[in-house]
Amino acid sequence: MLQYRPARLTTALTCVSLGLLGLASATPLAASPNLDDWQAVREQARGQTVYWNAWGGDTRTNGYIAWVAERMAEDHGVEVVHVKLDDTSTAVSRVIAEKAANNLGDGSIDLIWLNGENFAAMREHELLYGPFTEALPNFALTRPTDNPEVITDFTLPTEGFESPWGKAQITFYYDSHELRGDSDELRGDSQEVENPPGSIEALLDWSRANPGRFSYPRIPDFTGSTFLKQALIALADDRQPLYAPVEESDFATITAPLWDYLDALHPHLWRGGRQFPNSGPELRSLMGAGELSLAFTFYPSEPAAAVADFELPASTRSYVLNDGTLGNVHFVAIPFNSPNKAGALVLADFLLSPEAQAHKQDLAVWGDRTVLDVAHLDDATRRRFTIDADSPAMLPPEALSRTLPEPHPSWMTALQEAWQARYVAQ
Amino acid sequence: MTSHTLILDEVRLALGGRTLMEIDAVIGPGEVLTVMGPSGAGKSTLLAMIAGFLDPAFEARGRVWLGAREITALPAETRGIGLLFQDPLLFPHLTVAGNLRFGMPRGVKHRTACIEQALDEVGLAGFGPRDPATLSGGQQARIALLRLLLSEPAAALLDEPFSRLDRQLRHEVRQLVFDRLRRAGLPSLLVTHDHEDAENAGGPVITLG
Amino acid sequence: MLLRLMPTVVLALLAGPILAGVAMVLLPAFGHLPALGGETFSLAPWRELLDQPGLARSVSISLASGLITTALSLAAVLLFLAAAADTRLDRWLHRAVSPLLALPHAAAAFGLAFLVAPSGLLARLFSPGLTGWERPPDLLIVQDPWGLGLMAGLVIKEIPFLMLMSLAALPQLDAPRRVALARSLGYRPTIAWLKGVAPALYPLIRLPVYAVIAFASSVVDVAMILGPTLPPTLAVSILEWFHDPDLEKRFLASAGAVLQLGVTLTALLVWWGLECLARRLGRGWVVNGRRRGGEHWLSLTGRGFLVITTLTAGLGLGGLALYSVAGFWRFPETLPTTLTLGHWQTALPLLGGPVTNTLIIAASATLLAMLLTLATLESEQRSGRRIAGLSLLYLPLIVPQIAFLFGLVVLMETLGIRARLALVILAHLLFVLPYTFLSMAESYRCFDPRWTRLALTLGHSPNAIFWRVRLPMLLASLLTAAAVGMAVSIGQYLPTLLLGAGRIATVTTEAVSLASGGNRRVIGVWALVQAALPLLGFIIAMGLPRLLWSNRRGMQGAP
Repeated sequence: MLQYRPARLTTALTCVSLGLLGLASATPLAASPNLDDWQAVREQARGQTVYWNAWGGDTRTNGYIAWVAERMAEDHGVEVVHVKLDDTSTAVSRVIAEKAANNLGDGSIDLIWLNGENFAAMREHELLYGPFTEALPNFALTRPTDNPEVITDFTLPTEGFESPWGKAQITFYYDSHELRGDSDELRGDSQEVENPPGSIEALLDWSRANPGRFSYPRIPDFTGSTFLKQALIALADDRQPLYAPVEESDFATITAPLWDYLDALHPHLWRGGRQFPNSGPELRSLMGAGELSLAFTFYPSEPAAAVADFELPASTRSYVLNDGTLGNVHFVAIPFNSPNKAGALVLADFLLSPEAQAHKQDLAVWGDRTVLDVAHLDDATRRRFTIDADSPAMLPPEALSRTLPEPHPSWMTALQEAWQARYVAQ
Repeated sequence: MTSHTLILDEVRLALGGRTLMEIDAVIGPGEVLTVMGPSGAGKSTLLAMIAGFLDPAFEARGRVWLGAREITALPAETRGIGLLFQDPLLFPHLTVAGNLRFGMPRGVKHRTACIEQALDEVGLAGFGPRDPATLSGGQQARIALLRLLLSEPAAALLDEPFSRLDRQLRHEVRQLVFDRLRRAGLPSLLVTHDHEDAENAGGPVITLG
Repeated sequence: MLLRLMPTVVLALLAGPILAGVAMVLLPAFGHLPALGGETFSLAPWRELLDQPGLARSVSISLASGLITTALSLAAVLLFLAAAADTRLDRWLHRAVSPLLALPHAAAAFGLAFLVAPSGLLARLFSPGLTGWERPPDLLIVQDPWGLGLMAGLVIKEIPFLMLMSLAALPQLDAPRRVALARSLGYRPTIAWLKGVAPALYPLIRLPVYAVIAFASSVVDVAMILGPTLPPTLAVSILEWFHDPDLEKRFLASAGAVLQLGVTLTALLVWWGLECLARRLGRGWVVNGRRRGGEHWLSLTGRGFLVITTLTAGLGLGGLALYSVAGFWRFPETLPTTLTLGHWQTALPLLGGPVTNTLIIAASATLLAMLLTLATLESEQRSGRRIAGLSLLYLPLIVPQIAFLFGLVVLMETLGIRARLALVILAHLLFVLPYTFLSMAESYRCFDPRWTRLALTLGHSPNAIFWRVRLPMLLASLLTAAAVGMAVSIGQYLPTLLLGAGRIATVTTEAVSLASGGNRRVIGVWALVQAALPLLGFIIAMGLPRLLWSNRRGMQGAP
């Protein structure tokens, strides 16, 4: 019986080509580091080059990673190369391609910056190395038993396959100058009270009163999808089903209030809801251009950083909704076929060091919040984490305590598909 | 190269089975054979066949000899056949001297002196470094002739070389060309439809079509 | 001997990877991708594709933008050339062609967006004075649902391309003589050109026109910046599916890529049909004997189009430059309140590596492409026959990049090839070669055969003729082709990223990843850097022949 088996065909073709080229395709299985002996891991790491694939759209993040590379070379003899991506999925594609080509030990990516859906997908398709986090000496500083968010990614237990790096939380921001109705003559001295909407429901009223001055990124953008989840959490009668796979509940019933809400909201959005910004960063761009009066971001320090970079006016202010906003932790993970796992481990550990975490949280550097349990650090170390409240655009640190956990990742996909079916090509 | 006789031995050219022309001729050293005929009679095809770049679409029979050497199947660059076109076709990226030097065989000594002398003989002394595009039509025609002669061919083919020149100039250039070809002892084949050309050439005339 | 094998080598080099890549996308399109658990064949990806909301609209916009962009650009170029006279304006427009061509597509698109957006330069110029706008108006201008913004952005870039291709082909047609003849028969100059030259010119620029159709119907970057969003064009949708964290979407994306190939082929087919129709109708028009009528209007349209696109691109570039030094810039202020060099200071120390990589890759890919192009054309000349199958050369222009690059990565990984730089250069070669070939082929094929014959009768071998006659005489078009090749290479994003495993940073990979952060000031800086490199190539390509042939009148005026 003749059966068409493309996998065989590819293998056969490969053998032929290899024969022709006289190449040996032995992909050496790099010895997996012995996680029980950290000293040995450090020694193995020395001299390795770690290719760290991370989104490269932000000059501050890039600057921080460059600093990390410098410190890694000085302290650990590990060369860190930042592979700048426009989208994390590009790196995921790469790992899939390598797996498809049976490259099991000589991959081109050693560390990926990711979370949520990307992690769930890579984990499901067994594209990650691990578990490894318990072996990192600095991981204990996150005190995972007290802070379950560092071992939970969109409700999924990380099971040691990704190491926490920083925290993000939906943060709204606006131009206080404009919301107070200050004219240029008053130079921002009017006595009117600024009243940005403090809840999802208030946002609808605010949009009615200020048509065309708010929007959210087009689905499937992840910041836009997060807005959907935020709205769903606020509007759903029962939040419990959101933390289990979507298949286990009645999607139509649970999301009905969300669609009613969006149907009402869209006509009052920017461009009448007939068009949406492409991404979270584009929201910021539109704020800077004066097209929007209210926007939100996943990175609490983004508005303050943008003020420093002249993108937003100095009168920018940040806040979170009264009942809290969605927040999550972002992580780093090691692909299953990384040839420099020891180097990647040492890098992941360095990223968790108080030095690296404090430097990252510095608003002048990046402003990304730490995942360490600062309260349990010794005094001297703790002082390094004091948030510099100099920038009025920066969120007060206590605001971020009202963090809502992310729903199960399957909700994101389901919401995206339902949104597109409802609003695309109307 | 020393002068030879150009022999067209029962040459027959056909396109798609239709015979275009048949010719059987012997051209002695210094002799000019004129082939006349209307357009499309195959005059240019004949020249292409002798020079060695006949379009494969044509079928050619017969043989071409230079003295005792058969050249029918040789590549064009080794045949030793010189060609003058309707236009002078001076290479625009080379100087006048560069054009002449381009045509000279490798072994020639004292190239610069040769060129100077050749230019002098046609009244263009000192024109060596000039840009050919700045020359008049008559001057260009003379340089083209010099280039042909300095390449030391064993025979020359002339493809209506005077048709683009005005009347006055045509006469002058024609005299010079025939005179120099004859002096060089080259067997020459001229295709034209100008009767005056044929008369001036002074050799036998074959009329086609 | 070697030369005779060249066309085969070239085709194998080009078609091999692409066909392999396409095969690797066809398999997942029918459900087969074992790495993601797809072990059997099925039509499920296609069913899912057809269920995508707005698919029909995506497809229609891709088709329409392919055809309309091409028609507008071609019309503008032909009308301009028909009416072009030796006026200062026309000379200036001629000269603007190359810099415009050097401008990367994404930079041009950003420039246009920064210009015409409701908060853009134009609105600022006239606000609040004329418009009374204190805030940007809530108007749907860029990213409109009909794709008009997208087409405008593409037209800005395709006009210079078709113009350059036409200028390269025109010298073969002896247009002045044709026009003079027609004028002597009483035709007005513009009509004389349109009836006497255009019908002969079109066959010479047909392939570049096809390349424009293929490009415009499958472009990603410009469509992301200027194209519609609900839904986006098919190519952008495919990219989103490929980028979806839900890896099951890869099957959908692969099916989409195959559909994109079909859409591009359909656009080409439709154009070909229109071509036949136009030929039939045009034949009557050419000989209908009308010698005047509408020429004023025609020449105004052509020139108007060119002036508008050139100015738009120029202003857009100016806008990028302004943003690159802008401090805070509130609407409706025409100029930024403060200026700063900070954005440049951040970028400059990062430039060294990427610029070096970019130049090494672009120079190597272009050099290889030129060698292969020349070898193929020379081999064609010597054999005296057009080589069958050469149209396969244009495969990389027609098959959407995203469709076959993933497959190509799998193939290279399977072969265990780790020479990243070499792979990137080869991948660039795939896209550079068709363009160098397009740019060179007409002037090479139409090179007056009498020069070759003359040189043969002067005793020179074909090799000597190639080096001493053909190359120097075609130097100008050779350098132009090389500059086009460099520009194409410098603009490549996906091939660099995927085949270099992200390890080879070029100006474009840096620019694209930074652009994803949406900071207009940073985008301004990197877009200018990205535009500067190919511009340098064009300056050399235009300047060198002028310098070399400064006292050869016969070598002037070549394209």
